[in-house]
Amino acid sequence: MKATGLPGVAATFQKIKKHAQARWQELQKARAVIMVGSATCGRAAGALEVLRAFKNELKKHNLDCPVIEVGCMGHCYAEPIVIIAKPGYPSIVYQRVNPVIAQRLVREFILGDNPCLEFVLGALEENKLVPGLADFPRAQFEQKVILKNCGHIDPEDIDHYIASGGYSALVKALQLKPEQIINEVKKSGLRGRGGAGFATGEKWATCRHAPGKPRYVICNGDEGDPGAFMDRAILESDPHSVIEGMLIAGYAVGAGHGYIYVRAEYPLAVQRTRLALSQARKLNLLGKNILGGDFSFDIKLFQGSGAFVCGEETALIASLEGQAGTPSHRPPYPAVSGLEGKPTLINNVKTLAFIRHIVDKGAKWFTGIGTKNSPGTAVFALAGKVVNTGLTEVPMGTTLRQVIFDVGSGIPGGKPFKAVQIGGPSGGCLPESALDLPIDFDSLAKAGAMMGSGGMIVLDQDDCMVEIARYFLEFTQRESCGKCTFCRLGTKQMLEILSEFTRGKGKLKDLDTLTGLAEDIKAGSLCGLGRTAPNPVLTNLRYFRDEYEAHIREGRCPALMCQELIAYYIIPEKCELTCDACVGNCTVEAISSHPKKRYKIIDQEKCVKCGTCLTACPPQYNAIVKLSPPTEVPK
Amino acid sequence: MATTKEKTKITEQTRRILSRFSRKRGNLIPTLQKVQEELGYLPREAMLEVARFLDIPEIDVYGVVTFYNQFRLNPPGKHSIRVCLGTACHMKGGYITLDAWKRRLSIDRGQTTTDREFDLDTVACVGCCVMAPVTVVDDKPAGQVEPTKVDGILLSFERERKKRGKKKR
Repeated sequence: MKATGLPGVAATFQKIKKHAQARWQELQKARAVIMVGSATCGRAAGALEVLRAFKNELKKHNLDCPVIEVGCMGHCYAEPIVIIAKPGYPSIVYQRVNPVIAQRLVREFILGDNPCLEFVLGALEENKLVPGLADFPRAQFEQKVILKNCGHIDPEDIDHYIASGGYSALVKALQLKPEQIINEVKKSGLRGRGGAGFATGEKWATCRHAPGKPRYVICNGDEGDPGAFMDRAILESDPHSVIEGMLIAGYAVGAGHGYIYVRAEYPLAVQRTRLALSQARKLNLLGKNILGGDFSFDIKLFQGSGAFVCGEETALIASLEGQAGTPSHRPPYPAVSGLEGKPTLINNVKTLAFIRHIVDKGAKWFTGIGTKNSPGTAVFALAGKVVNTGLTEVPMGTTLRQVIFDVGSGIPGGKPFKAVQIGGPSGGCLPESALDLPIDFDSLAKAGAMMGSGGMIVLDQDDCMVEIARYFLEFTQRESCGKCTFCRLGTKQMLEILSEFTRGKGKLKDLDTLTGLAEDIKAGSLCGLGRTAPNPVLTNLRYFRDEYEAHIREGRCPALMCQELIAYYIIPEKCELTCDACVGNCTVEAISSHPKKRYKIIDQEKCVKCGTCLTACPPQYNAIVKLSPPTEVPK
Repeated sequence: MATTKEKTKITEQTRRILSRFSRKRGNLIPTLQKVQEELGYLPREAMLEVARFLDIPEIDVYGVVTFYNQFRLNPPGKHSIRVCLGTACHMKGGYITLDAWKRRLSIDRGQTTTDREFDLDTVACVGCCVMAPVTVVDDKPAGQVEPTKVDGILLSFERERKKRGKKKR
């Protein structure tokens, strides 16, 4: 390969960058810049209504301020989030904005000089007016690398990305030899962020040296783990960082074509990635003779069709080829024989997003973060029973306690912590005793869980461990492609046993059958789905065996969750009051007044156990309780 | 059963959609997605037409359609209700929400109401775990959908329908 025509490439890029920077500076000259976080999480909270309110109100006052849609900052608990940058003030982040607050902000802050401090979450920079986000306790533990741009730039405007330093790593890479890039990635020790943690540099080298042409690069954005949304956030908030990573990967392994495989359930990610691709193509950052050099590379977006197993690389390739997504035997690995039998490099969204930083700042910088065997940062999606739900990025080696209690601010209502579910259907639930575990690929595997793609669901005392195991088995059983007998039939058996448990009909010897089946499924399945499907059950049994026994021996659900093992009951002494909240809220009209006295009674035959009455009962009465087993209800 | 006239119409519509694609096996899933996007579902005639177009066995098309969760074989309702059953939603009572929808619409998941107003299904995770439990109503994720909010959403559709009815008169 001839050295790429330089300094032509750098000079061409310089022009593009100048233009982008000029546009960015132009933006800063406005009276105020309003940025509305409108990723899927923001939209679910009403960001689009807020966006419309801002535009209408500005129009009403004849103000010409740019209103920009940005991605997700990770503070999902505070959505919809709006950032207002007004000269003379720090950039202020407002939380839980609604259309009325939006109108007030326009009238009082943009027209006037009142920054409406009552709605503030924090400021982006240090200042004397508002506490900066950097002063938040969580900032002590966080280190944003691939989430840095998320929520701060317009994902639908390539100039924002370029002005913030984007695509300069590509230009730098194009001036290096492919082997140099692969060596740098190898030295960085970057491990695949899809879950298994395979060494990225090794994968690249294998692909580059595999015989056969053309070669392909695939970005795996089939984030199927229920409870994980990091890839979605990155594709929605900063799609160009992934595209740049793919371009560098393509150059390093000698590929000319790439695919981004995104799940069907992420329509906004699909839309924004597609737009990003067309913008990159327009600037010749993608396509033939990129930036006038010798390197040509184009990317197509492929929309998945809703099959969890397609996150497995061989199944993903089958899906790309128009087949049902069933995995095939490895080796040969896709890096040697993948799409159409050609060498194919498959990397996760986050892995690719790291590439530009490694090329830009070097392997040494990267190994300086995290632990020895798992360098870099880890992105986690925090959800479930945690105060600060959202996204976070911490160096590897941070403990689970720090992530849940310092970044996530612990459990709402100060309830006791019970477990944290990591790694989705392939991972497991870790108890309190594992909280001081430094997180990296190896430590989690040792504890029986798995890094997975980074979903973290916090569970408290109201969550039943048997039920969560049953839930994951139901998921893997439904998503099993059916190719391997053990996975297809074994998970079905396990699910049936667990379902019996949640109905209080299990037997103690079923516990042994369960562990036996789990070992067989692990040994007898071809792909990651089957091999890891029993994990949630195994870790649960290891740490929470007493809950299983309570279900089996007493027909009691200690967490009061399993619907068939609980009953709702109104304590007459507490209810002797003429309030009809529960009667009015009951969705099936199962609650009525006592014929003579004033307290209410639940008709257990009619009750569907939805719990609406429990939330409706005013806290000062607190008359409704859950009882388990249902026979506890006084006659 | 569809009449012959309806069948021909579906075949023609499908042909028109297919004319935008090249006859490559790898195009099977994108073509099916496009057909479903325009017709709302994948009728038998459309699948037959896709098989003819790509020159592959009919069973291959049917196999792919039934493998992936996204494809549907029956017509959708006017409004789509997708209850998220991701981990966070499940733990926060997504299954109770699903029960509420089933009860109110008197249909099971994967079905459409007899008046073709609503279809009900579940989705593995839409990635809005923060707003759990989530129900995606007409492609718009709604957060904290508990049984009472289910009634609220249905009520707002009911009101809209009445308003439309009045306008027509």
